[in-house]
Amino acid sequence: MSDTLTMSDTEILEQIQREVADNRVFLYMKGTPDMPRCGFSNQVVQILNLVGADYGSRDVLADPRIRENLSTWSNWPTIPQLFVDGQLVGGCDITTEMYQSGELQELIKQ
Amino acid sequence: MPGVDEYRAMIEAALPGATAVVHDQGGGDHLAAEVVAPQFAGISRIEQHRLVYAAVKPYMDDGTIHALALRTRAPEAQ
Repeated sequence: MSDTLTMSDTEILEQIQREVADNRVFLYMKGTPDMPRCGFSNQVVQILNLVGADYGSRDVLADPRIRENLSTWSNWPTIPQLFVDGQLVGGCDITTEMYQSGELQELIKQ
Repeated sequence: MPGVDEYRAMIEAALPGATAVVHDQGGGDHLAAEVVAPQFAGISRIEQHRLVYAAVKPYMDDGTIHALALRTRAPEAQ
C-alpha cells in the first residue's frame, strides 16, 4: 500500500478508484483487519472473515484526506465502506443486514 | 446539542409521510434510527440510507452526530 502523504487530492482519488476497480471486494476501514480501531469497522471485518471473502482494505486513519475524498466520491458519509464489484454495498448496518439475510454470501460468492 | 426529537423532526420533514424513531445509544452523539418512508419504495438500501443521512447532514458534517445506525424500509403495500 503506497503512502498517501506526498500525494495530491487528485492522486488520492485516483488511487481510491483504482483500489475499488482492481479488487472485487474492498473495504475502507479504521485500522487494519488484524487491528481494527473502531467497533463498526471490526464488525464488517468479522463478517467478511465469516463469509470467507478475499478482500483488500485501506486504513482511512492513515491520512484524513483518504476519507474526505472517498466520502465525496462515494456519496456516503461514514466509515466503514464496503465495495463489491466496483459498487458501494454499504457500511456496517447494511453489511450486517445483508449477512443476516444471506444476501452478502450470495453477492460475494458470485 | 439537539435531541432525538429534533432529529426525528428533521427526518420526517425531509421525507413527507415518513415515520422515524430515533434512539440515543449513548452520549447524545451515537444514535440509532428506524425509518419507514414511502420514498423508500423501489430503491436500494444504500439510497434509503443516503436520504436519511441527507436529512441530518449538517449535524453529520460538523460531528454533532458521531454515529447513526439505521434500519430503513418502505411501508407495507396497501
